[in-house]
Amino acid sequence: MTLHSQSPTKAIAFTLLLALGSIPSPATAAAPDLADAAGNYGITPASRIHFTVAQAGGGGIVGDFAKFSGNFRIDRNDVGHSTVEFTLYPESVKTGEKRIEDFLKSSAVFDTANFSTVTFHSTTVKQTGPDTAAVEGTLTARGTSRKERFSVTLLDWNRGSIAFNIRGNIHRSPYGMDVGTPIYSNVVEFDMNIKGQRR
Amino acid sequence: MGSNMLRNDKAGFGWITIVLHWAIAALILTLLGLGFIMRRTPVDPALQFSLYQWHKSLGFTALGLATIRALWHLVEVRPRPPAGLNALERRAASATHVVLILLALAVPLAGWAVASTSTLNIPSFYFNWIVIPHLPMAKSEAAEDLWTLVHMTLAYLLLCFVALHVLAALYHHFARRDDVLVRMLQTGSRQRASSQAAGSDPVIAGRKKP
Repeated sequence: MTLHSQSPTKAIAFTLLLALGSIPSPATAAAPDLADAAGNYGITPASRIHFTVAQAGGGGIVGDFAKFSGNFRIDRNDVGHSTVEFTLYPESVKTGEKRIEDFLKSSAVFDTANFSTVTFHSTTVKQTGPDTAAVEGTLTARGTSRKERFSVTLLDWNRGSIAFNIRGNIHRSPYGMDVGTPIYSNVVEFDMNIKGQRR
Repeated sequence: MGSNMLRNDKAGFGWITIVLHWAIAALILTLLGLGFIMRRTPVDPALQFSLYQWHKSLGFTALGLATIRALWHLVEVRPRPPAGLNALERRAASATHVVLILLALAVPLAGWAVASTSTLNIPSFYFNWIVIPHLPMAKSEAAEDLWTLVHMTLAYLLLCFVALHVLAALYHHFARRDDVLVRMLQTGSRQRASSQAAGSDPVIAGRKKP
């Protein structure tokens, strides 16, 4: 971060902002003591489930899932014993183009008429850095369950809530959703901001 | 194959014209069929997506061949019309051929405009090989709807002219008993001379009998 180009007042204001922790940035996300962060959290609707599927020639399908639910537990003694459960309702997919949304809900992709949810439950959690972790678990979509991995970065936390950025690249073909390849990438890039509210 | 069999002459068509003709004909009929199935029948969404992509790749192929065909029509010799056609019939025949050549260009161009203006923004990935860029046109539902209508209307118009063309060819073959249909199936006047009754071949009929 370079502050040289900024005026002294701006630099001071920025430092104050960081100190107050009012903007989520890695600098504010100094890992809390496990004992402080430990507990059960519910995933709040303020979370954002964003995804991108790249397409040939650049660009791609970009969207969000509006409806989801889940909870996670941060273990008091060992981050590795933490768990997360997550449910996604693919009929809530939003891409800004109704025909694409209808196609994603159709039998070609999510087949929401027969499979109304996509679920994830963790099997292992490994801390990979002071504010990062890797979560492995079982993703179930369209009747197929597979092991998938997501990387987690702590964004922000306080006594009542905690926020993570979670990224993962999921291959869709194993779930019978390979329609449109290779025009559209087989890889769905998830970029999620998950907010947990302490229960 | 000698070069005389590749090029047209006054008596008949060469292989270049014949292959272009039938390749474009097969593409047009396939594309009309695909277009109808993918738009007008209740088809599985995943299959529908595939059919659209096949339609686009084959459509670009048709556009390429139709471009070559149009240029070929401008530079290449045209065989003389069969004997016994009046001026009106000759004009109707060449006008139909020009309309067919122009529609074979216009229909895929309008299809390209549909892909280019569509808010779906689906790339045209030619046979999953190279991305053909969209035309520089603004994307909007209104533009997509308009070009879809143009593409469809021109396609049905093309179908009408294809039907007219086919009926005319059959009329020539069965009613007039001339070589209009046969010369689009094989090259060379000599070949025809040996395979047809002398009286029905205008090339032979025009000659002085010994």
